[in-house]
Amino acid sequence: MKSPAGTSLLPRLMLWLGLSFLYAPMVILVVYSFNESRLVTVWAGFSTRWYTELMQDQQMMSAAGRSLTIAFLSASVATVLGTMAGIVMARWKAFRGRTLFSGLITAPLVMPDVIIGLSLLLLFVSLSRWIGWPETRGMLTIWIAHVTFCTAYVAVVVSSRLRDFDRSLEEAAMDLGANRVRTFLAITLPLISPALVAGWLLAFTLSLDDLVIASFVSGPASTTLPM
Amino acid sequence: MAGTRWLTVGVPYLWLLLFFAVPFLIVLKISLAEAQIAMPPFTELLHWSGEKLSLTLNLANYHFLFTDPLYFSAYLNSLRIAFNATLICLLVAYPMAWVIARMPPGRRLVFLMLIILPSWTSFLIRIYAWIGILKNEGLLNEALRALGLIDAPLQILHTEVALYIGIVYAYLPFMLLPLYANLVKLDDRLLEAATDLGARPHQVFLHVILPLSRGGILAGCMLVFIPAVGEFVIPELLGGPGNLMIGKVLWQEFFNNRDWPVASAVAIVMLLLLIVPIMLLQRYQARELEAR
Repeated sequence: MKSPAGTSLLPRLMLWLGLSFLYAPMVILVVYSFNESRLVTVWAGFSTRWYTELMQDQQMMSAAGRSLTIAFLSASVATVLGTMAGIVMARWKAFRGRTLFSGLITAPLVMPDVIIGLSLLLLFVSLSRWIGWPETRGMLTIWIAHVTFCTAYVAVVVSSRLRDFDRSLEEAAMDLGANRVRTFLAITLPLISPALVAGWLLAFTLSLDDLVIASFVSGPASTTLPM
Repeated sequence: MAGTRWLTVGVPYLWLLLFFAVPFLIVLKISLAEAQIAMPPFTELLHWSGEKLSLTLNLANYHFLFTDPLYFSAYLNSLRIAFNATLICLLVAYPMAWVIARMPPGRRLVFLMLIILPSWTSFLIRIYAWIGILKNEGLLNEALRALGLIDAPLQILHTEVALYIGIVYAYLPFMLLPLYANLVKLDDRLLEAATDLGARPHQVFLHVILPLSRGGILAGCMLVFIPAVGEFVIPELLGGPGNLMIGKVLWQEFFNNRDWPVASAVAIVMLLLLIVPIMLLQRYQARELEAR
């Protein structure tokens, strides 16, 4: 061990126990998805029957399609908004309303789903009474809800990447005559692109997986896959 | 250039204000309304009759929450379960994060991926897999029976044990990642210095490592505790009838009783309970994001 308080046996045991805890349900799922029997606990031989049935289930497939569409659109818009917010968080030291802004970024990360879902639904209901929009709740309202909470996640990923970023590269570009926009496109954007990809994937997964918020803000004809 | 700067802050700011902050005001407003059988199922606070504008604030929903023991015990239950689950997460995640942080950089990434990977499959399906493991004729009971350790199946599903398993399982990565991010920055020389000065391993841990990782512990605990208080899916699927949590109460008020004002009041009180932990997390986050 290289350090005096190097990793002793007990913590290492804990790591492996923890990992098996995280992977137990995954292994079981994969194994039993090939099970011939309908029951999860009875093994009746290897079969891909459930995959074939899944592919033929119209309702399931259209829900999957909707889920993917919403997740794709939410992740893309959330990446744009989240990147802007992340730049503001990492680079702007002081401006009016900064405390509120950072609160708006942090709170959605932890806010219980039921509260976000309820509050957005009540917003949509009130909006449709005051200005007649949105007329129905469906994919559009789910999309808005998902963009909102995904933006916060992307902002945190992007701003932590910007923190470890060598600003002298940007300064060099500006010294060589590039303006702000050009510097951003040619230097900053390529350097933070791994964070953008990570943020997009995170947002995509979160949106795909959301059940509670979508149940609140969806209308009758827009069931997504987790439901 | 003032234009692009204004846009950079303005667009996300406006979006989050409109779709995250304003909705809370509406929840507050509706929590002060009366329920009625109509669409939407609540009354307006402001009435304009003739030349009189009157504002009616109905506090009955809050009074109802504080007098009905069901709600009080649901809040208490949620706080207790979230607290215990956070503690278990911390005890499990800390040694894991420590071991990963002490690995050579290449292996660290592999193990971090291993931690995050399960979160990329459907949460709901993983919870269903736990039902398959924990139920009376599930894999765990069958295995214990095959080993001859038990005769009758253990009732685990729909008990508090299953609830804790579910919450710890779902939130472990949220505890582990901030702890790891903190521990990986720990300066080895500090540990060496402490040892050279005669500290035993447990003293090094208590007096050097633990105080230095306070930030990571705080962030991890808040990231687990706050959403766990309002958790709905896990108590619904794994918990028993005795483990009523406030997220489920809100859901039932809203979808089953269709009492929107009471559901809003439940949400507002939950928010008030969570405001201190949220502020703590926000201060930590702001410090982290500004530190250079």
